[in-house]
Amino acid sequence: MTHVLPISFSLNGQAIAIDVPTHTLLIDLIRDRLGLKGTKRSCDMQVCGACTVLLDGEPISSCTTLAVDVDQREITTVEGVTPPDGLSRIQKAFVLHGGLQCGFCTPGFIMAVTALLKATPHPTDEQIRHYLHGNLCRCTGYTKIFEAVRSLAAEQVSEDAA
Amino acid sequence: MLPSPFEFERPSTITDAVRAFGDSGDGMFYSGGTELLLAMKLRVIHTDRLIDIKSILGLDRIALTDANDIEIGARCTHNKIARDPVIRQYVPALSSLCANVANIRVRSVGTIGGNLCFGEPHADPPTMLAALDARLVLQGASGTRLVHVDDFIKSELETVREPDELLTVIVFPRPTGPVTYRRFKHGERPSVNVAMVWSMDAAASTITSARVRVGALGSRPQPLKGVEDALRGLSVAEVRPAIEAVLPTALDELEVNEDRHGAADYKRHLARVLLLRNADEAIAAGWSA
Repeated sequence: MTHVLPISFSLNGQAIAIDVPTHTLLIDLIRDRLGLKGTKRSCDMQVCGACTVLLDGEPISSCTTLAVDVDQREITTVEGVTPPDGLSRIQKAFVLHGGLQCGFCTPGFIMAVTALLKATPHPTDEQIRHYLHGNLCRCTGYTKIFEAVRSLAAEQVSEDAA
Repeated sequence: MLPSPFEFERPSTITDAVRAFGDSGDGMFYSGGTELLLAMKLRVIHTDRLIDIKSILGLDRIALTDANDIEIGARCTHNKIARDPVIRQYVPALSSLCANVANIRVRSVGTIGGNLCFGEPHADPPTMLAALDARLVLQGASGTRLVHVDDFIKSELETVREPDELLTVIVFPRPTGPVTYRRFKHGERPSVNVAMVWSMDAAASTITSARVRVGALGSRPQPLKGVEDALRGLSVAEVRPAIEAVLPTALDELEVNEDRHGAADYKRHLARVLLLRNADEAIAAGWSA
């Protein structure tokens, strides 16, 4: 009977209250029960970064996080950083610089870059490489992604425009 | 979804956590889950009860004590240690190590205590903590005991911790000389790593003692005794030739697991290169100290 727990959390700013079995992983809660399909499952072992979401602003692998662990916390997915009328400046930079091809890794990259620029608005090249080294992309060879992020690092933006 | 559901408890004190373990005998302490959940997914670990220690106050504390010891709460995440002002001031090499464990997502939630308790040979923290002569506080139903990191890890994925013992704090003396760490890796985990800690005399010119640990080479961090003995009592200027003279023999004495990270000769070669680079860094630090 204690194998199902009630949790309450914020998903992209929206309050969610739901009962979850203890063995539910966050990615399955987000995709299958709450219907947000932007978060991708790939390696399923916390190596590739495709399933990256933000937990209280910090990047985590939703494939290796228990749903019960987000009780009373804030989760942000790629849907939460995408404006209703288009793309965020990070997403636009990826498009502009050719930082994606098949697009499967892209939501994870967008979330990681969101967290990076929040913590470090003007990262050095070294900081960009260090932060993103755990996100894998099989299409771009990374150079185009790196150029996209570097273009953002040079921008002056207000605190909340990211 | 993981293979099967389990009870999930969130005790708020160490006593309650140990009590929650209770008589079931099949519970497990849980924090970041970066190793445990992967093993559960792969069905190599099964549990009927996870005891989440993240609500226990004080387990994420980092402090320099009056006795000049540095204490790190076992559930400190790698990110927390990397950013902590005490660690950055007194053991910058540990801050740097923690800033480079695995990837940014693992560092957000993975803890130093979980890393130690998993006993994975290809891990960063155990090698440096062994070189720092860290002691681990284990609290269980039958009391509290202190275990040195050297004695804690028995073999691959095997430690002396009893299932109902909770690792609460990691303690080591504040270093009095250079602390250096290097690793070689292809993916997420180190293929070979080397940590070296020198204790210096008051003038910061002579090495009073040295601790050198080579990790991921065998099934647990191993002391490089020959090098430690050779360094004792040396001035910093004498270090490099002294190490080079004893290093081949010292490395030959170590247990080496040939694995996907390389053959024995290759892994020994990596250890040699990493150690000499650590030495060069420590020499530079020693001169300026």
